[in-house]
Amino acid sequence: MSVIYLDNNATTQVAEEVLEAMLPYFREFYGNPSSMHTFGGQVGQKIRAAREQVAALIGALPEEIIFTSCGTESDNSAIRSALTTQPDKKHIVTSRVEHPAVRALCAHLATQGYRITELPVDKNGILDLENLEKSMTPDTAVVSLMWGNNETGVIFPVEEAAAMAHDRGILFHTDAVQTVGKIHINMKNNVIDMLSISGHKLHAPKGIGVLYIRRGTKYVPFLIGGHQEKERRGGTENAPSIIGLGKACELAAKNMEKENTYVKKLRDKLEAELLKRIPQSRVNGDTNDRLPNTTNISFEYVEGEAILLLMNELGICASSGSACTSGSLQPSHVLRAMGVPFTMAHGSVRFSLSIYNTDKEIDFVIDKMPAIIERLRGMSPFWNQSCTNQ
Amino acid sequence: MWEYTDKVKDHFLHPRNVGEIENPDGVAEVGSLACGDALKLTFRLDENKRIKEAKFKTFGCASAIASSSALTEIIKGMTLDEALKVTNRDIAKYLGGLPAEKMHCSVLGKQALEKAIENYRGLPSAKTDEKIVCECFGVTDKEIEKAIRENNLTTVEEVTNYTKAGGGCGSCHEEIQAIIEKIKKEAKPDVKPKMTNLQKIQLIQETIEREIRPSLKHDGGDIEIIDIIGNRVMVATRGACATCKASNITLKNFVELKLREFVAPDLVVEEVEQ
Repeated sequence: MSVIYLDNNATTQVAEEVLEAMLPYFREFYGNPSSMHTFGGQVGQKIRAAREQVAALIGALPEEIIFTSCGTESDNSAIRSALTTQPDKKHIVTSRVEHPAVRALCAHLATQGYRITELPVDKNGILDLENLEKSMTPDTAVVSLMWGNNETGVIFPVEEAAAMAHDRGILFHTDAVQTVGKIHINMKNNVIDMLSISGHKLHAPKGIGVLYIRRGTKYVPFLIGGHQEKERRGGTENAPSIIGLGKACELAAKNMEKENTYVKKLRDKLEAELLKRIPQSRVNGDTNDRLPNTTNISFEYVEGEAILLLMNELGICASSGSACTSGSLQPSHVLRAMGVPFTMAHGSVRFSLSIYNTDKEIDFVIDKMPAIIERLRGMSPFWNQSCTNQ
Repeated sequence: MWEYTDKVKDHFLHPRNVGEIENPDGVAEVGSLACGDALKLTFRLDENKRIKEAKFKTFGCASAIASSSALTEIIKGMTLDEALKVTNRDIAKYLGGLPAEKMHCSVLGKQALEKAIENYRGLPSAKTDEKIVCECFGVTDKEIEKAIRENNLTTVEEVTNYTKAGGGCGSCHEEIQAIIEKIKKEAKPDVKPKMTNLQKIQLIQETIEREIRPSLKHDGGDIEIIDIIGNRVMVATRGACATCKASNITLKNFVELKLREFVAPDLVVEEVEQ
């Protein structure tokens, strides 16, 4: 059975070109980039080239790029550095819909004497910058807001938010893991101090990430060790993955337009057709300012895990914000923050596309989804009642 | 990934006895939309008063649907007394096991069965003195009280972790808080206005043992009494508390508050290094 992969916000396929670029650095060129000999040193040159490729994608300087192991490490490094370099400040501003890499870290820091303000979002997942304005105090060390939401795709106005934080001399970090490669980013046009990237969300492998640190920003390393990354991140470089990420960033720049035309068109078609064909379904999150590849749809009166399992039978991969898929008793914190009724949140499915999806695949999903929802609704004790009520 | 047995998958993908029996002998609805799990069970008896037919409608995850399907298969042919002996473990066993976090799905089936049989017999619930507080997971006030007493629970969150109560839609949090308050008051011993110093020291030790230590241990910490001089209680922090920057807050806002509540309102807790 072929797989239809619509779960690209979870992880993406490694691009063929990326894999090809990486393979020699597993096989022949396994030298340590820090070595004196040419055999190792030539790997160092490739890493420099990769750093330039990453920097070029986001309009940064190569020296502003630190390679890390993942998005979570980048988020942790950024926030912890902001706190360590400003030991007198004990307040962090973030939002209620952040990824666990930021949210759980902040919850932990709350037990270590820090005060956390989680900004709310409205029913469409939109952030009100007035709330940000009110939340910042002289004690605030850092504001950390995600650029694009992983569950709904809703985009936060982080460039404006960063400017507001800067006016008060507060550092600004953004988790841009879902955004880089999907929408155009130019760090020359904003004042964001720190930005996190994850390789495996843009067709590079898992286990590689980036922390962008604006030149001149005080930074204290998270991993202390060797002199790598200009003494900002110890540990021998993950050379093949760094080289792969460089290639992936180069490809992302090329595919940016396709992402915002081709992928967006497929996503819009999928969304429109599912809403049309399946009664009592609705989109979660603002549809105006949204990542081009993501749609989060709730199907009322059915439960997400059951939907995913039936989709799984047909080889269709997606995610859900239902309680049963999270392993906890409550549905997704993002949907709850938006005030999505529990009845809707339990039946939510996130479809996230990539440039590798085809029109044929989307047609297949559009064709199969109504029957899946109908089948589960047929088993649901609420469905008939709800129909007769109308 | 779903760690489901083949039997669970089979009963999810090909559920037996889906639907509703018209004019059933017994009917029950448990759970709710808000909680993510709900089950409507109907059954009909044959002339020998054995379950001839049982049907279900379920809103929920794969294991909830599979558990319902399994339940209707298990009880077919049973007398009502036999059916009442079916436990949620039997349902899980029939399915070759369920993941630990999905066991509540089988509990839902058990609850529906009991309620449907009560409905047929026209009997009020056997547990009339108990009241369901958490509708989502069917947790009664007595169960919550028991868990609070046995584990010295002090917050709604702790009650949820122990009993699941309050873990669904959250509409019962106030009620759970009220039960916590009620038990806290019960537990409060009559503090006589004049205690001898020895009595005071004893009461402080008892209070730390009963009211304070369990919570600290839960977080990997502990405290030890070093000395008691007048109304000053000198304590040293141990375990996670000793390295925790917030331990001072814990001592003032938790330990001191508890000691003031249970022993004497003028006590002051001071941290000493030892």
